[in-house]
Amino acid sequence: MTKMTGAQALIKSLEMEGVEVVFGLPGGCILPAYDPILDSPIRHILVRHEQGAGHMAEGYAHVTGRPGVAMVTSGPAATNLVTPLCDAYMDSVPMVAITGQVSRPVIGTDGFQECDTVGITRSVTKHNELVMDPDEIPLAVRQAFHLATTGRPGPVLLDVPKDVLQAQVDWSWPSDREVTESLPGYRPTVKGHPRMIKEAARLIASAHRPVIYAGGGILKARAADALRELAERTGIPVVTTLMARGAFPDDHPLCLGMPGMHGNYAAITAMQQADLLVALGTRFDDRVTGNVATFAAGAKVVHVDIDPAELGKIRQPDVPIVGDCRQVVAEIVRALATAELPDLSEWRSRISGWQQQFPLHYDPPRPGDPLKPQYVMEVLRDQAPEGTILASGVGQHQMWASQYWRFTEPYTWVNSGGLGTMGFAVPAAIGAKVGRPERTVWAVDGDGCFQMTAQELVTASSERIPIKVAILNNAYLGMVRQWQEMFYEERYSEVYLSPDLPDYVKWAEAMGCVAFKVEDPSDVEPVIAKANSVDDRPVVIDFRTDSREKVFPMVPAGASNDDVVVHPSQKPTERKVVQ
Amino acid sequence: MSAAAGSHTTLSVLVENRSGVLARVSGLFARRGFNILSLAVAPSDDERFSRINLVVDVAENSVEQITKQLFKLVNVVKITELHPADSVERELLMLTVAAGAEMRSAVVELVDIFGGKIVDVGSSAITVMLSGEPGALDDFEALMRPYGILELQRTGRVALPRTSKAS
Repeated sequence: MTKMTGAQALIKSLEMEGVEVVFGLPGGCILPAYDPILDSPIRHILVRHEQGAGHMAEGYAHVTGRPGVAMVTSGPAATNLVTPLCDAYMDSVPMVAITGQVSRPVIGTDGFQECDTVGITRSVTKHNELVMDPDEIPLAVRQAFHLATTGRPGPVLLDVPKDVLQAQVDWSWPSDREVTESLPGYRPTVKGHPRMIKEAARLIASAHRPVIYAGGGILKARAADALRELAERTGIPVVTTLMARGAFPDDHPLCLGMPGMHGNYAAITAMQQADLLVALGTRFDDRVTGNVATFAAGAKVVHVDIDPAELGKIRQPDVPIVGDCRQVVAEIVRALATAELPDLSEWRSRISGWQQQFPLHYDPPRPGDPLKPQYVMEVLRDQAPEGTILASGVGQHQMWASQYWRFTEPYTWVNSGGLGTMGFAVPAAIGAKVGRPERTVWAVDGDGCFQMTAQELVTASSERIPIKVAILNNAYLGMVRQWQEMFYEERYSEVYLSPDLPDYVKWAEAMGCVAFKVEDPSDVEPVIAKANSVDDRPVVIDFRTDSREKVFPMVPAGASNDDVVVHPSQKPTERKVVQ
Repeated sequence: MSAAAGSHTTLSVLVENRSGVLARVSGLFARRGFNILSLAVAPSDDERFSRINLVVDVAENSVEQITKQLFKLVNVVKITELHPADSVERELLMLTVAAGAEMRSAVVELVDIFGGKIVDVGSSAITVMLSGEPGALDDFEALMRPYGILELQRTGRVALPRTSKAS
């Protein structure tokens, strides 16, 4: 057996797991682990704030499918990681976090930079572990990667005391079997129940108004091809939730785009009128269902998810299937091989009627109006090089990004769905660019979001990670402003941010970026073209957009999806279609 | 303290015998605002595992969801929901009751009726131990109260499913 320190065993274990890059920031308790980093082939990216490390790890995981790794010290560094952990937990992002901890004899004495990291992160991780035995470091790392990437993916945290890192250990790398046996309570079900699959196929073959409701689980399960096969075999239209954008190509004739609070009218209404929802890797989030009692009230539900706790959590399925989406969807397609399928052309033409009647819409600017944010998105989209990855923060700009982009392939959309973490875009885009350096990565951000994590552009500049950031600067916390306008009688409370404070161009330049300000519609195209041509450093564009623009369609929180509000200049909503 | 039968659910949770597991389990109830009425934890016949017996105040429709969420915990190996009719439940009670010379025989008589045991005798109080069904313990507690309960401790409830009576 080879003798080494716990720290060396930790880094070696990461190498054994195939880790290429660690996002992190050193400090007292994690110091021993930073020494062997110098001799390791693993690339370390030094962030400016630990939250950045967490979101970078997420961005990396979103685009590569491999777990992102963040390593930080104890106490405040660990607490700074809590938001990304929670974000990754909500969006099922595979991630491994390593935190330093005070030495074992000091634990529990309020030592310097001590906090109860496993206690604090217990409810925002899939699993966490305080590693008290130096010899168990390799097993703990193997378990962490196994847990983060199998079943329903998620973040796993290892909290490692300083003296555990300094101790001498006998290196041994546990076998697959040892890992499985060390986790007796963890046996995710991947194969769907054959009887349920048959039943799902039967419902699909007898539905006249079916909709495939595809969620982020399709992407996690690498099931985009299987989904496409199912849709094309059956001719069933597909909605892709915010987490599933790109799981089914937007330019496919069967794609209805995003459902939910700011979804397309046709996607929302098709689900409302459906007689069958085929819910794949999705969790009936309130942002999708609106009022649950009136959500797709006439539909039977086939629900496929790898997490049994999702089945029946919000909506009782008629056919629950626990399993891996790729396998189960492939099985359903097989079960349909000889089935006679109903003609859905009437259903599809009804849906295309809604699409024509209520497309995404914004009023063109009148002369002298500020930039329309939707227009900026359209130009960004149309000028984006093939394969561009889009990251976003949280708020109006996120909805416009999801609505106006045209996603044609999976793993090109990086956003914070479940937790809705403002400030996600910049660090997540950096992580995505590290994972896919050959791709163009655009971050669409709001001015409010940008101010939360912009410091990571220093990381991007110094590590030569040339991401591009489009700030849709409307000088407001735009989504909150929209709610105050619509639901609080235009009483704007604490939402004004100012377009010029900070000076975004100067700020970006100070962080080593190329920066532009765009106010005139005629400058949008040339400046985006210029930004696309920069490939040696980050670019930031400060787009001065119209603060009065609101995101439509909109289902007000808690309202029924039947009452979706379309853009005011579109005709009033057609009331319930007779079935 | 007493968990009246009916509106409560007894869960028997087999977990890995290691630090932090109880916190993970109880945390799931805490974040949903569910109160744990009774709790008993001890190693099972296999020292790698412990059994956590929980009596919780959870509405029927939430039991399935909380069970599924519990099962998501990596350290949870098995969960059995125990219905009072299909399981044997026992609890242990110890109490110290004020019982000077003049009251002592009355107290001792009640202890005998319930099949309890006197484990400590002082000049003005005695300490009694009683194990049995939670309802019987409730009754005993009520009968002791007029004499003056000085201290009382009940364990959490332990339970096992009833064995099959079919041959």
